[in-house]
Amino acid sequence: MTEEMLQVSVWKGDAKGAFVTYEVRRQENQTVLDLVTHIQRHIDPGLSYRFACRVGVCGSCAMTVNGKARWTCRSHVSNVVEDGRIEIRPLESLPIVKDLVVDMTDFFDKWAKAKGSFEPTCSRNDEIAAVSPSDKKRRLADAGIECIGCGVCYAACDVVRWKPDYLGPAAMNRAWTLVNDVRDGGNDERLRAVAGDDGCLSCHSQQGCVERCPQKLNPTMAIAGLKRETIKAALKGKL
Amino acid sequence: MIQNTVRSETWLWLAQRTSAVVLAVCIAVHLTTMIIAMQGGVSTAEIAGRISGNPMWLVFYGIFLMAVAIHAPIGMRTVLLESTSLSAKRVGLLTMLLGLFVFVLGVRTILGLYQMVPAS
Amino acid sequence: MKQTHRNHPTYWAFLLHRISGVLLAIFIPVHLYVLSLAVTDGALLDEFLRWSSTPIVKLMETGMVVMLAAHLTGGLRLLGLEFLGWVSWQKTMVALSVGISLAIGLVFLLNAD
Repeated sequence: MTEEMLQVSVWKGDAKGAFVTYEVRRQENQTVLDLVTHIQRHIDPGLSYRFACRVGVCGSCAMTVNGKARWTCRSHVSNVVEDGRIEIRPLESLPIVKDLVVDMTDFFDKWAKAKGSFEPTCSRNDEIAAVSPSDKKRRLADAGIECIGCGVCYAACDVVRWKPDYLGPAAMNRAWTLVNDVRDGGNDERLRAVAGDDGCLSCHSQQGCVERCPQKLNPTMAIAGLKRETIKAALKGKL
Repeated sequence: MIQNTVRSETWLWLAQRTSAVVLAVCIAVHLTTMIIAMQGGVSTAEIAGRISGNPMWLVFYGIFLMAVAIHAPIGMRTVLLESTSLSAKRVGLLTMLLGLFVFVLGVRTILGLYQMVPAS
Repeated sequence: MKQTHRNHPTYWAFLLHRISGVLLAIFIPVHLYVLSLAVTDGALLDEFLRWSSTPIVKLMETGMVVMLAAHLTGGLRLLGLEFLGWVSWQKTMVALSVGISLAIGLVFLLNAD
């Protein structure tokens, strides 16, 4: 019985690098991360890549596999392979550090720019806020808080590709969860931060983010919510 | 459209969406009118006969035209900003000119048709 | 080999919306100019209308009507998503939008003289 060998093309170098093809024996239970690990351990020790948990909870291993941004530890080879070939590139729209590693600085800077951090209104001396989980706003917030900042949605968004200053789906999804957090007091500034051409108003609802998010979140919905809130703020003269 | 503040961009977006709603109604009317008009054959006389001296059509096409003159330039602005490397200022200027051109051309046509004496 | 992230219905809907918008932005000044001939040169317009009743032109006009209807129905889907929060059934709405646009185009074509 012949062993099937996969042709795995991996990006090596920085933005001016190139693909190098390795041959890896295909196994029945094998993820794309397994392929990368095998290549680094047994064929090319110089290959750089990120991973941590290997079990789909940290988001560190996100890469572009056969054109789609995904977590490599949760990508079964049989689900992505095409004609015995797999192409692995780093995430799009982020500067390449080396091989499969990208610089996530822009991604997290935009998170901060979108005011994606909680602004408290109480102190430790106040009563604990009573927020019912079935409260309408709480449910909207809960729908988006499982984001772990993996960058897949950002890599899948064409507006990010076309507008370098566009905040992106993850940053705005996070902003939306805070807009709906009744304990938060920073909404005037937050809505100002997410309005305009670099913010929610440039989203064209292509929904690539929804398609690719490994946590099944819906940044398009969050951004649509931000659109409504920023317009309300504009009409009230608050922008 | 030349200014580049968050506030002006937000108002542009709102103008785009508002004019879109107005256009949805106008287009529905326009398409229906055209399909009915076509059944009797369209000609210069038919167009003039329909519109001349009719204030209802004047108002309707006036609103229609204004909505188009707002909606198309703002839409083209986004397209140009995302697919060319032209500066925001230049894009704003170009699309404003488009809006002005469409408006002037349209006003001359609508007023002209309204004031025409239909051929007997 | 290249599966891309653009291979899904709401992306195609965006593409259709953008292309139809640009085509309309080009068409409308032409349309308004031709119409202005009714005022300045009625005979020329009548000649143009005669020419435009040939099948190939009628087909192109129908194409323009389909573009208009596609831009309109796609735009309504977006307004529903943005202002009414209609997040689910997006793929169904895309399909409906395309279907309705083609239907309107057909009605136009069937009524063309």
